[in-house]
Amino acid sequence: MTTPQMPTQQPSPPIDLDRLIACPNCDALYTTPTVESQDKAYCGRCHTVLIAPRRKAGKQLIALALTVLILITAATLFPFLAIDAGGMHHDASILQTAFAFEGALLGLSVAVMMFIVVIPMLRLILLIYVLTPIIRDRPPARWAKRAFGLSEALNPWSMAEIFALGCAVALVKLSDLAQVQYGPAAWLFAILVVIVVVTDSLMCRYSIWKSLDQ
Amino acid sequence: MEVSGSVTTARDMGLVGCTRCYSVSSRGTAHCPRCGSALQSRDRLSLQKVWAWWLVGLMCYIPANLYPMLETRTLVSVQSDTIVGGAVDLARHGNWGVAAIILVASVLIPVVKFVIVAGLALGVWLGPKVPEGQRHFWYEIVEYIGRWSMIDVFVVAILSSLVQLQALASITPGRASLFFALSVIFTMLAAKSFDSRLIWDTGQSDIASNRRTPAVDVKGDLSA
Repeated sequence: MTTPQMPTQQPSPPIDLDRLIACPNCDALYTTPTVESQDKAYCGRCHTVLIAPRRKAGKQLIALALTVLILITAATLFPFLAIDAGGMHHDASILQTAFAFEGALLGLSVAVMMFIVVIPMLRLILLIYVLTPIIRDRPPARWAKRAFGLSEALNPWSMAEIFALGCAVALVKLSDLAQVQYGPAAWLFAILVVIVVVTDSLMCRYSIWKSLDQ
Repeated sequence: MEVSGSVTTARDMGLVGCTRCYSVSSRGTAHCPRCGSALQSRDRLSLQKVWAWWLVGLMCYIPANLYPMLETRTLVSVQSDTIVGGAVDLARHGNWGVAAIILVASVLIPVVKFVIVAGLALGVWLGPKVPEGQRHFWYEIVEYIGRWSMIDVFVVAILSSLVQLQALASITPGRASLFFALSVIFTMLAAKSFDSRLIWDTGQSDIASNRRTPAVDVKGDLSA
């Protein structure tokens, strides 16, 4: 763990702003430390991770993003849960789930669709678009900064992994009443949760923004 | 290594830090030269936005608890359950585990979120009673758990799309689901509007100087 050093004195003007980094959560100012791959630089005051570079993170991120894209597409098309009770059978796909809200609640259907399918996919497409030129050592893509900014803004609204956990809760609630079967899509969503967590740990925002700045 | 007490902030140095890409610019720069996001040393409207979203969120949370969340139709009965009613029902049938999960996810966490966000805003507004490290910890908790409350809405969606067994049993979502979703969205926006750098401004010797900034002048607007 590296704790970056505070600039000790007022640097004599002109200040080299490129060599400074400010903590986004508490505004503490540091001279940008050199951080080895696998190491992390934390803010000494509020412990926010500032820099966490990883070798080949770009390639791995693209691979994971593509995987999640395929998983979400597949999970949307296949039925993901099926129920058996009293000789009756019914199964549901993600699309049917999103459109469970009807009438006055239709807006909620649209929101659910956005949260679990549209926003996660859009975010990953943007990430792939931004990272591909970087890992090939090409200049950044045309709207790369805007694309990555949008992808970052969408981050809290991307809720595919929360939906996956929701499936588990729904299963527990129903287990007494009926026989519930997992469809292929339920497993796809389970894998998705793991990948989303790994993706977040690989992403070093500082490094990506820096490589886009040319 | 802890660096407290003698912390230099970007503002102290006449600079402004970007909250999106962490780069530093000189004061007065409108947009970050690296990532293009709008730069503000402190979000002056932060507290106003927090209180606005917080209040709307709270207003939605009340009908979310009064209206039914789920309507269950079986051969013999039609039953509509509010969030708490459903949990009580489960507990009466011996399903203590599930009842506890529902109570924690849909009642305890939302209420705790409202309290923490209000506490953080009050801390900046009236001067803190709690050390800044601790307040920052609570801020991160709210940022992290905020989106997970949406799980309830998803569970309702899953249950009502799955349990469609014609006359035998069917579940339809109730009106509370909409209000609950709105309440989660508004509290997420409230937490996002909170400029966490304000926590640290009120920590040290510059509580007095912070009082002078317009960020705390919302007091007049709100009490009116």
